[in-house]
Amino acid sequence: MPDATGLELLAQELREKDPDSVVDTLHFRGKAALSVAPGAIRGVLQALREHGYTFMASLHGVDYYPDEPRLGVQYELLDMQRVDRITVKLRVPTDAPEVDSVTPDWPTADHQERELYDMFGVVFRGHPDLRRILMPEDYEGYPQRRDFPVGGEPVLFTYNEQRYGGGV
Amino acid sequence: MEIKRERLEPPRGESAPARPVRGDDLAIRRVDAVQMLRGAPIEGLTPAREHDDLTDEDLERHVTERVLTTTLDKAVAWARGNSFFPATFGLACCAIEMMSIVASRVDVARFGFEAFRASPRQADLLILSGRVSIKMAPVVRRIYDQMLEPKWAISMGACCSSMGVFNNYALVPADKFMPVDVHVPGCPPRPEALMHGILKLRKMVLDDPDMGWRERYEARGTEEVVGEDAARDNAVNVFDPRA
Repeated sequence: MPDATGLELLAQELREKDPDSVVDTLHFRGKAALSVAPGAIRGVLQALREHGYTFMASLHGVDYYPDEPRLGVQYELLDMQRVDRITVKLRVPTDAPEVDSVTPDWPTADHQERELYDMFGVVFRGHPDLRRILMPEDYEGYPQRRDFPVGGEPVLFTYNEQRYGGGV
Repeated sequence: MEIKRERLEPPRGESAPARPVRGDDLAIRRVDAVQMLRGAPIEGLTPAREHDDLTDEDLERHVTERVLTTTLDKAVAWARGNSFFPATFGLACCAIEMMSIVASRVDVARFGFEAFRASPRQADLLILSGRVSIKMAPVVRRIYDQMLEPKWAISMGACCSSMGVFNNYALVPADKFMPVDVHVPGCPPRPEALMHGILKLRKMVLDDPDMGWRERYEARGTEEVVGEDAARDNAVNVFDPRA
């Protein structure tokens, strides 16, 4: 991990390339994170790649309900030479959950962006094949959002069938 | 009743053991069985191959000992209930427990259930061993429909009965999309529990040959039938692939 000073230096370096890219920095429990503007994500990731973070370990989503903007997309990058990790975060609102796809730059993001689209409804502009990946294609809703109902199907046991006449 | 113990070793020379007194059925049958295995004629009983001229007492005894009468339904149910062919089909961790019922410790082959069939067309028991996601449910249902009557289904474990710890958007209980005859609880059930469930199903089949409970589930007439118009001209002939 870059330490707190190293993170600030990295953020400053990124801001010199694009002043609006890095919104915030966070160093928490030894883990460095950069909050970036959604529009700048491809540029930031490319700059970090040139900086040595050449491996995208993971791409995942968060629902920050009830905070706004609600949906978060997080990119975990790894520098395999220095064994150094950094998290890049961005937030998009639910009424326009759009962000540029990084699949053209990072092929590993393909299925993970599809999963985010499936579970959170984040639309990745420029993704070559943005379909649902885990849920059925005709499924409605985004099940990992916090306002999605938790409960599943009511269960029909013989006991209930006799008691309630099958209309459970 | 006092049981006379018989010497069951082969008789030495000419001195065969004395035949037990008539009426001591257990001892007589043991001696009979031993002698029959040796192919020796049994004293007091005409050999079966010569039963044409049996009369009176001998005929009576022959019929009561050798002939079994039953109804066709019961005989069919007995055969079905004692020879389930489960489909080779596993869904999740329960499948590991399902596999072990055919291993030596539980050895469900004792009851005639060991022949796991790789094709649903040859199987008559579908064990839902694991969680069924809503994306998998149509697939499972199709496999069930591909099985031919008579057929049964066991829902094994908490997940496919009530979704267990995965009671959320991803899973669907088996009862929602197909008829299930026996639910085996557990997470996962021990192999003994699954064997108990299979024996319960056997009891249902033996007790109720009409399978009235399956009408209640609307389980009748669910076979997937391939119509004649579905015969394909370009189908591959497995006996002559180039034809």
